[in-house]
Amino acid sequence: MAQRIDVKDLNIYYGDFLAVAGVEMSVEPRSVTAFIGPSGCGKSTFLRTLNRMHEVIPGAHVEGTVAMDGVDLYGAGIDPVAVRRQVGMVFQRPNPFPTMSIAENVLAGIKLNNKRISKSDADETVERALTSANLWNEVKDRLNRPGSGLSGGQQQRLCIARAIAVKPQVLLMDEPCSALDPISTLAIEDLVSELKADYTIVIVTHNMQQAARVSDRTAFFNLKATGQPGRLVEIDDTPTIFSSPREQATEDYISGRFG
Amino acid sequence: MATLDTAPATPSSALRDVLSQVDPKRRRKDRVMQVLVYGAFVLAMIPLVSLVWSVISKGIGRFDLYFLTHSMRNVYGGMDAGGVYHALLGTILITLLTAVISVPIGIVTAVYLVEYGKGSLARAVTFFVDVMTGIPSIVAGLFAFSLFYLVVGPQSKSGLVGAVALSVLMIPVVIRSTEEMLRLVPNELREASYALGVSKWLTIIRVVLRTAVAGITTGVMIAVSRVIGETAPLLITVGATDSINDDVFHGNMMTLPVYVYRQYAAGLVPCAPGDDACIPTINYDRAWSAALVLILVVMLLNLVARGVSRWFAPKTRA
Amino acid sequence: MASPATAMTPPVTPDPPPRRRRSRTTDRGLDRAFRYLAVGSGMLILATLASVAIFLVLEALPALTHDDLASEIAWIPEGGNLGDVVGPLIFGTILAAIVSLGLAVPVAVGIALFISHYAPRRMASALGYVVDLLAAIPSVVFGLWGVLVLAPKVQPVWQFLVDYFGWIPLFAGDEHGNASNPPRVLMTTALVLAVMILPIITAVSREVFLQTPRLHEEAALALGATRWELIRMAVLPFGRSGVTSAAMLGLGRALGETMAVLMILSPGFLYSFKLLVASQQQTIAANIAAKFNDADDIGRSALIATGLALFVITLLVNLGARAIVARRKDFSGAN
Repeated sequence: MAQRIDVKDLNIYYGDFLAVAGVEMSVEPRSVTAFIGPSGCGKSTFLRTLNRMHEVIPGAHVEGTVAMDGVDLYGAGIDPVAVRRQVGMVFQRPNPFPTMSIAENVLAGIKLNNKRISKSDADETVERALTSANLWNEVKDRLNRPGSGLSGGQQQRLCIARAIAVKPQVLLMDEPCSALDPISTLAIEDLVSELKADYTIVIVTHNMQQAARVSDRTAFFNLKATGQPGRLVEIDDTPTIFSSPREQATEDYISGRFG
Repeated sequence: MATLDTAPATPSSALRDVLSQVDPKRRRKDRVMQVLVYGAFVLAMIPLVSLVWSVISKGIGRFDLYFLTHSMRNVYGGMDAGGVYHALLGTILITLLTAVISVPIGIVTAVYLVEYGKGSLARAVTFFVDVMTGIPSIVAGLFAFSLFYLVVGPQSKSGLVGAVALSVLMIPVVIRSTEEMLRLVPNELREASYALGVSKWLTIIRVVLRTAVAGITTGVMIAVSRVIGETAPLLITVGATDSINDDVFHGNMMTLPVYVYRQYAAGLVPCAPGDDACIPTINYDRAWSAALVLILVVMLLNLVARGVSRWFAPKTRA
Repeated sequence: MASPATAMTPPVTPDPPPRRRRSRTTDRGLDRAFRYLAVGSGMLILATLASVAIFLVLEALPALTHDDLASEIAWIPEGGNLGDVVGPLIFGTILAAIVSLGLAVPVAVGIALFISHYAPRRMASALGYVVDLLAAIPSVVFGLWGVLVLAPKVQPVWQFLVDYFGWIPLFAGDEHGNASNPPRVLMTTALVLAVMILPIITAVSREVFLQTPRLHEEAALALGATRWELIRMAVLPFGRSGVTSAAMLGLGRALGETMAVLMILSPGFLYSFKLLVASQQQTIAANIAAKFNDADDIGRSALIATGLALFVITLLVNLGARAIVARRKDFSGAN
């Protein structure tokens, strides 16, 4: 179910503007990789290239390769729509579809491929996804109520349930806790630790404690200088990054000297 | 958990298959909808292009200085004569009168709604402006006719009645666009003015209206271009005539839209065989040329309106 | 609360009023005059609308209270009354408006989607302007084009519909099984009306579609939705009420449109669904325009009574549209 991702010489452009340059990294299956770094250093931009979501912005394009288990996601004949099905994504702000009920939200991705899903299969999928997202007990009595009626943290877990209901290979999370209170944040962090048994997870976070708590490996992104493209400074096992980073910039950032 | 930074494994062909195609049914549906959406746009362009082409190609033949400077007085049958001068004059006079009635009322009402409007009166005004926007133009014509018929009596048709009818249609448009422009004026400007001890009415005139003047002018001109093409209310309030009438307070007047309609309604001319001076399609030809004049006037107003908003917008840079 | 305020301001008036004055009413002189002018102007709007209703009713009263209209008005059938004419007129008005709406809404939604989600951004605003141009063309020009250019072109299509779909009541032919030629029929009229209401429906729908939250669009894309599925999941549910109210605004406009109907449609006063046969239906607005100038007092009064009916119908439709817009605002506020 979970696949590895290998990124080689990746340059990301918006039109002529080079936003992120020369990223080279591997993401291991069934692990959590955290991206940290100051605002505007391109970590979210890079994350969105992993499921080709950045292409939504007109003029955005990449050079280099992003390979999932050896298959280049940008290779000839690869369909971005199919890629996004294999690489799920959770966003900064929870975004359940407001016109759909909780159950419909969970099934939204599945219904795209399989219009005539049987009632029992649907119920089973909803329960499994919501249970995996640690939300089942809270919402099992109101599956037909709109998802927008839930609290922010519950909505975000609903979005995670929706993303994993289609059984993706990889799950991308773009600052999933930045709009949540500390208790909800804790719930999501626990969930991430559980989900890594089944999925390859990449998480962007502003919160270094969060990176230290949930991730196996941590990548530090930074701008070379103002106006220069963002780049990957280093990636290593999380304890190493937080105790003895190779680069001075990483140490400065982690110890709070900037950013 | 693999920890080795080895070269990627051999490409898995199953995964490649999964990544390279979506369910063909879904793809097909996506394509079909794309074709339909593009088709809808092309479909809508057909009448626009056909209409503009018809008006230009059929109207250009008689569109000359003679046409613009002569009325229909003493023109009959299939005569190769006649023009729109009287209709053009009538349209300009009636539209000017409409603007003179509608613009002050519209702007002051918008000022009321934005600067003073609170409570139930403002809500009622907003609501009824919405209602007024939806009045059918023929009903506006009936209203103006009834008003003058009851007050002035029979023989009440005149340019003024038409202008009142058109004002009922134009005032809500002016209010809406002016309101929008006034709401764009930042509150800081008003507060800065009050802080200098300027009274409220001077603030409104010198600061608020001055800032929004370009937008208001544009809105007014767009509103004018909308009412200038109105036909039905003028048909029943101003009537029609073949002669020049420059008195908007007495008697029938001709206007461009009514002229187009009347020429069309006159139909083909039954020419006597061998009568070379008789043109069977003369009425249609004049209708098309008048339509061309009308569209040119409307487009000119629209262009000038857009120009005004560009040239007279408050300067943001020195 | 009042005491510190009065303590700070110098006593301008010798005896301050005992009641706390509301700050809004402290203006004087020109300020007050200007405020009265503004308020008066607002009231003038209310007075205008009230007088529209009052004068229409006053003028319509003679016809509404007359016992034997048929003997005085040529176009009312022998032994009939106003209702026998108003009924078919209302029917014809609504039928024409609904058919034109049916033709216009799918195309308008398509154009709106094209501009909001298919066309390149830079092209989109230019295209929007082109569609707005359609709205600037006077209705009498649409009528002229409809009857002289469009009608001859669509006649074979109408004949085709009669030949192959004549079993559908809407497409039934005349007694010889033909579509009328020249096609001065309701279908041709509705087609021109559809073109005329296209811009308003497109403009409102486009605005709503463009406001679709990016969050929801991205949610759909991240689940692996194609562009159409994105529209189905995020754009259309969000824009549904906006499109509904846009359609109702278009309906209101089609109901009141006069010239295109007057110039194209061959009138009749039947409760007939035959869209492709001439002399079956007529609309209120076109009927007024056709008869008003030649009518005598009682005839005009009867026509104004029909105008009153049109006024009420369009009023209801427009109020419905506003109500939907208002409800939509509540929804988006809660989210």
